Amino acid sequence: MEKMLSFFLEHREAIFIVILSIFLGIEVISHVPAILHTPLMSGANAIHGVVIIGAIIVMGHADTTGSMILGFLAVVLGTLNVVGGFVVTDRMLEMFKKKK
Amino acid sequence: MDQLSHITGISILEITYVIASVLFILGLKMLSHPLTARRGNILAAFGMVFAIIATILFHRKDGQPIGNIPWILGAIVIGTVIGWVIAKKVKMTAMPQLVSFFNGMGGAAAALISMVEFPHIRPEFIAEHGMANGHVLAILLGLMIGTISWAGSMIAFGKLDGKIGDLRIKAMKYVNLTIMAVLIGFIVFIMTRHVQASTELMPYIYIMFAISVVYGVLFVMPIGGADMPVVISLLNSFTGVAAAMGGFLYNNQAMLTGGILVGSAGTILTVLMCKAMNRSLLNVIIGVFGGGGTSNVQAGGAVKEITLTDAAVLLSYSKKVVIVPGYGLAVAQAQHICHELDKVLEEKGVEVKYAIHPVAGRMPGHMNVLLAEADVPYEQLIESDVINPDLPNTDVVVVIGANDVVNPAAEDDPSSPIYGMPIVKVRDAKNIIVMKRGMGKGYAAIENMLFFNDKTRMLFGDAKSTLQNLVNEVKSL
Repeated sequence: MEKMLSFFLEHREAIFIVILSIFLGIEVISHVPAILHTPLMSGANAIHGVVIIGAIIVMGHADTTGSMILGFLAVVLGTLNVVGGFVVTDRMLEMFKKKK
Repeated sequence: MDQLSHITGISILEITYVIASVLFILGLKMLSHPLTARRGNILAAFGMVFAIIATILFHRKDGQPIGNIPWILGAIVIGTVIGWVIAKKVKMTAMPQLVSFFNGMGGAAAALISMVEFPHIRPEFIAEHGMANGHVLAILLGLMIGTISWAGSMIAFGKLDGKIGDLRIKAMKYVNLTIMAVLIGFIVFIMTRHVQASTELMPYIYIMFAISVVYGVLFVMPIGGADMPVVISLLNSFTGVAAAMGGFLYNNQAMLTGGILVGSAGTILTVLMCKAMNRSLLNVIIGVFGGGGTSNVQAGGAVKEITLTDAAVLLSYSKKVVIVPGYGLAVAQAQHICHELDKVLEEKGVEVKYAIHPVAGRMPGHMNVLLAEADVPYEQLIESDVINPDLPNTDVVVVIGANDVVNPAAEDDPSSPIYGMPIVKVRDAKNIIVMKRGMGKGYAAIENMLFFNDKTRMLFGDAKSTLQNLVNEVKSL
């Protein structure tokens, strides 16, 4: 019990962020028209590419060849997620803009 | 001096993360409105670039700056070039696969981070806290969720691309539940070990990784039919959660907000899609749904065909025409010629609208993107809920390459796998023309009684050439 309480105390900021972000995510999305579902999914897909930051940290402090290789791979894949995600979303949304 | 610049660097880093988080939130917010969507996307991309640059420049771990910078930049360049080329080259019809693919990459990155971080947990840390702590849990969950997301996305990608078929076994539900229980068991097992160094437990990590791959594969394998978008959206939110685990691990606010935001927004999006298709989210997670049931309605009667000329006459002398486009139209790349048909009809004074089912195409909103690509005005695209009450006053409905979204079994046949799904109520219209390549079944592989309806006339052939011929006929009238 004490362990759980101290865990909460130690991570209270993160727990706050998590809870508020959950509500925020729900709030931001809930009124989206169906036509934007696909671009929105794609845009959200690009945003979770933020995992690349973790990959950079891993790579930046890699001390063995093994972690170098895995880190390198992680950065490449993370970048794919970020760049591919944003570019595809932009391409979809460009279609909507043209007819204006 | 050194101390001061250190503090300055960390402050700049944290401020940048705050800015990035705000940009993510704003971007997502703007993405959910048609007018601001594109700017929202670019805004979020800027947030990402800021966060990446600041991390490379200012991140410190035990006072150590980021090393291996040439390698990091090299990896970023490789990823950027590949991602950019793929994203630009792929056809609009293949968009769902692509989203699934990029999502899988993110999941894999999250899993790799956990793979590297687990053996790097310090022995002093373990001596003090044991294995049962938030740090270890975040690593294990990141590994599990990231891997499931990666494996699942790759299967979804293969399925949408037509490279992988469906695998349906009745016992799948129990198999998947068992595997999930085993995975949770592994997490508990690893966290309750008493070890000196985490490296001793690496064999279990590899096994856990392998089981997660199996779960991801089996989770998506049985899902077929029109249900794939729900899965992609769900896997999308999985990757978000996996990224957030990294945020926990590194105490990194940008990863935490970005990941959780996508996790919760993705879940809501999944729920919205489930609602549009009348599916229960629980069944999605367990991995049994879609096309599983077999309808007992057998094809009855004969279909009636219509000639091009008759179809052209019928359309030209109508007041109101509604076009119901489906994936078949997209596959045939017929969206441009379809728009031409509606233009020549409008010139003749016919009112033409498009009825867009929420999941027309392969993803919600996919059809809107495809029609927008062909310059069909936004005002002509009407959601099916809105247009349904108007269908009894419609003279002709033209169904082009759509099947499941107009199948009356969704209303009539409780044994049908799509029973309860909202449909475009095409049969309410006065006349129905169904344009189809052949008598094949739709993506959900079920019989469509609409084709045997008294009011229905079939126009067989490839959507593009048939539409072209129809346009010529209408013009020559």
